[in-house]
Amino acid sequence: MNGAQDLGGMMGFGPVVPEPEHEIFHAEWEKTALALTLAAGALGRWNIDTSRHARETLPPAEYLSSSYYEIWIKGLEKLLQQTGLASAEELRGGHSQAAPAPVSPLRAKDVAPMLARGTQYDRPATTPARFAVGDIVQTRNDHPTGHTRLPRYARGRQGTVERVHGVFVFPDSAAHGEGEAPQWLYTIRFEGRELWGPRADPTLMVSVEAWEPYLDAA
Amino acid sequence: MAHDHHDHSHDHHHGHDHPSELSEIELRVRALQSLLVEKGYVDPAALDELVETYETRIGPRNGARVVAKAWSDPAFLEWLRRDASAAIHSLGFTGRQGEHMVAVENSQDEHNLVVCTLCSCYPWPVLGLPPSWYKTPAYRSRAVIDPRGVLRDFGVELPETTRIRVWDSTAEIRYLVIPRRPDGTEGWDEERLAGLVSRDSMIGTALARRPAEMPA
Repeated sequence: MNGAQDLGGMMGFGPVVPEPEHEIFHAEWEKTALALTLAAGALGRWNIDTSRHARETLPPAEYLSSSYYEIWIKGLEKLLQQTGLASAEELRGGHSQAAPAPVSPLRAKDVAPMLARGTQYDRPATTPARFAVGDIVQTRNDHPTGHTRLPRYARGRQGTVERVHGVFVFPDSAAHGEGEAPQWLYTIRFEGRELWGPRADPTLMVSVEAWEPYLDAA
Repeated sequence: MAHDHHDHSHDHHHGHDHPSELSEIELRVRALQSLLVEKGYVDPAALDELVETYETRIGPRNGARVVAKAWSDPAFLEWLRRDASAAIHSLGFTGRQGEHMVAVENSQDEHNLVVCTLCSCYPWPVLGLPPSWYKTPAYRSRAVIDPRGVLRDFGVELPETTRIRVWDSTAEIRYLVIPRRPDGTEGWDEERLAGLVSRDSMIGTALARRPAEMPA
């Protein structure tokens, strides 16, 4: 969807402010926000694409005026409601008003193994890749209302296949509970001028990862 | 610790006029935490463990070890080019948000910069949690259209002839920038080399430190 999350190429947000390497959190609540997001995610009721979509469907003005951990918290509240784990009233009051869903919470001893395991997103190939390294491709000019991972700035553009990564879970489907629908995934490299026109830095090249349904032969 | 933030509310109110009051987001997070603990969906001990992991165990010193090894060991560098996930895994860094890794090398002719314009994708096992700026609209909007401007915000000015290569992490592939090894480091061991490798240099918003920039 063309939401506020799709920021590439926007202007007017001001300078980037560096920060020291040891500044990991800026307030105690940020630690809680991180931990709650990971621990609730470990319940297995949603996937990474569902959670990204929950965040990007925040109203644009709210998205842009929230810090990233605030976006996570608002996204988590939405996911808990969507999956029936909690109601709006419960979230408002901070107390349970209904029997909990039967789940197995993440235990402290399982944190390290869970993080080390991660989640593999690649899947066995069942069809040959349509494109090969060096092919010229055209990204589709498509504006789906649901979740997608092709940024607006890279739609309807010509680029070159730089890497073929294999077959991966397709977010446009997985985000909406419509199955993994695995697709070939490529790194597509664009000249800066193809994306940004004649003002672009002539030394600039930008790449995105694009699933095969985002691409046509040029 | 994650579950007892209310015990420390006096010391984390940046820019607040009334330190005794909790901000709206603090109240919201506290309510959420109470609810999830009461429902049995989260275990406070696991919350603590998660925070401690990213505060003390998984951070950019991991990535610095990867870079130092890449600078020192040609076979490892070759492995990193061929299969970065396996090469990095061999040093013990693997898992969440680093399942599918690609290493990109800076050279005299090309500088690499990593961004996630759509959210905050970042290689956690090697760099830990992303810095705030990495997740801001300012960085995510400009990195792909004005990377030299972004680099200037970090005090980095590259020659006009250096090509800039920006990697927008739109899938589950995660990037680690291998900065150029500074001159004057011949014969340094990996541990000493790792001290030159800042977090930002592995995102691409900085260069590796020169020996003269190291604390004595």
